[in-house]
Amino acid sequence: MNTNSLDAVQTQYFTFAAPPDRLPLESGKTLGPVTVAYETYGRLNGDRSNAILVCHALSGDAHAAGFLKGEKAPGWWDNMIGPGKAFDTDEYFIICSNVLAGCKGSTGPSSINPGTGKPYALDFPVVTLSDMVNAQRRLIDFLGIDIVLCVAGGSMGGMQALQWVASYPERVRTAVPIATALKHSPQQIAFNEVIRRSIMGDPAWRMGDYYDHGQPKNGLAVARMIGHITFMSDRSMEQKFSRKLRNGNYGFKFATDFEVEGYLQYRGDSFVKRFDANSYLYITKAIDYFDLSDGRLFPEGKKIGTRFLVISFQSDWLYPSYQSQEIVRQLKRRQVEATYCELQSTYGHDAFLVDVEEQTELIRHFLEKARYGNAGFDEGDLRWNTGWTTG
Amino acid sequence: MEHRLDHRVIESIVAPGSRVLDLGCGRGDLLFLLSREKNARVQGIELDAKAVQDCVKKGLSVFHSDIESGLSEYPDRSFDYVILNQSMQEVKNVDYLLQEALRVGEKVVVGFPNFAHLRARIMLALGGRAPITQALPHRWHDTPNVRFLSIRDFEEFCRSKGFRILKAFPLGADRIVASWPNLFAHNAIFVLAK
Repeated sequence: MNTNSLDAVQTQYFTFAAPPDRLPLESGKTLGPVTVAYETYGRLNGDRSNAILVCHALSGDAHAAGFLKGEKAPGWWDNMIGPGKAFDTDEYFIICSNVLAGCKGSTGPSSINPGTGKPYALDFPVVTLSDMVNAQRRLIDFLGIDIVLCVAGGSMGGMQALQWVASYPERVRTAVPIATALKHSPQQIAFNEVIRRSIMGDPAWRMGDYYDHGQPKNGLAVARMIGHITFMSDRSMEQKFSRKLRNGNYGFKFATDFEVEGYLQYRGDSFVKRFDANSYLYITKAIDYFDLSDGRLFPEGKKIGTRFLVISFQSDWLYPSYQSQEIVRQLKRRQVEATYCELQSTYGHDAFLVDVEEQTELIRHFLEKARYGNAGFDEGDLRWNTGWTTG
Repeated sequence: MEHRLDHRVIESIVAPGSRVLDLGCGRGDLLFLLSREKNARVQGIELDAKAVQDCVKKGLSVFHSDIESGLSEYPDRSFDYVILNQSMQEVKNVDYLLQEALRVGEKVVVGFPNFAHLRARIMLALGGRAPITQALPHRWHDTPNVRFLSIRDFEEFCRSKGFRILKAFPLGADRIVASWPNLFAHNAIFVLAK
């Protein structure tokens, strides 16, 4: 596998909806000004036809690939974006932006409310996937791109890809929704509600107004621990932790005995340092509101020219394959040309981030076809006109 | 590149620019041929994940799914041709599948191995063994086939179901069989309509 990474990438910022302009939201409220943090990799070609929008999942950010100055860890999809990788930066111009309501440079509940001079906290309006996509659309307009070659992403990133097709079908040539769903199921909403209750039940949450006191650490850490359980599979946890003990034997106390406990605590604690608790509330709510079933993916009467590559993973029980197959059913109903593949990874929902070899092959060839069509190929003209007819 | 006889025959059947659905498209060789030679708009359905990957490498659109559950969402007449080449005999509910294929496609192209080929008859009648022929290469315990039929069986089945047989091609080892198809054809390709 190609291990080349981009270096010297940097996050940029685009601000719109400054007064008197406002961004209208699905809830009926408005928001402004709005800043979108984004990064780009590769070069936009002369006819602006090679742009790919990559969308991040729940806790992702605009830093999808390469290394930011002074940082040791690469972007969250570095194994997929770069020279010679699935999203080949020698071929394509790749854009990734932090979602609306995020906390990594785009406007969200931790941003300063210009009306009060303090963080919005719960004064931030509840936003939806459609609002997030509208903010991205303003960025795409600003970058001078009419039609994106592809919108791709896993999990909530896949929802954004689907929402792009629902909102702006004429601006999307291909969509690659991975490990995602057309609508959030009751089980998925239930997990998100437990996650939110964990944050909101922490006294340090202070009705969202904690910015002068520090994060609701315990609640946010437990919220993230729950999330991590759902991202793995039974098998990947067995492979990674088994029943391994941290200190060789049971402590007969309520301290950390098992490796898996230590891992979850580590994940929870490090999340507290990098992610805003209120953003977690807003983004999980946006995901729960997501529902493009019942013909909302392709509104009646709209011609669908977008081609699809839908990918799911066999061991993903958070976004099981049946949900990707539901997307496929919608595509068949509207006779949309598409490819669907269920990949064999054991990594659960995390597979789209970590087990990328087959995913890379699929996406690379799918994008080649989207960009160039079938390459030329000659052969003798063979025609068979014989045959008997019965009946 | 040398193409299989059955693929060349199906290529001759499909009109240029057609919309084609191949049920059990394998690695996509036939769809690739139809897309290139007939400028067909092609879609495949294939159960094997590795084969799906191969199709995508050829630039084809393919759904990773079994073929029996693959049709129900398609509106009537979504395709000009629905192809079942060497896949019908691996399916349990043949009647339902063909009915669905004829709903979704204007015409249905079915290719299957002929169980009544001379060699198969000899192996069974004189050798007392389950037939193994060029078109039926598997042994009894590792065959993917669950339906074993002759050309005559299929003609009779179509008649009983009211499917119109528009054309039929009995295929020998390297050419179309001129006479006694049910005895000398290894495979047959039928073109059906409602």
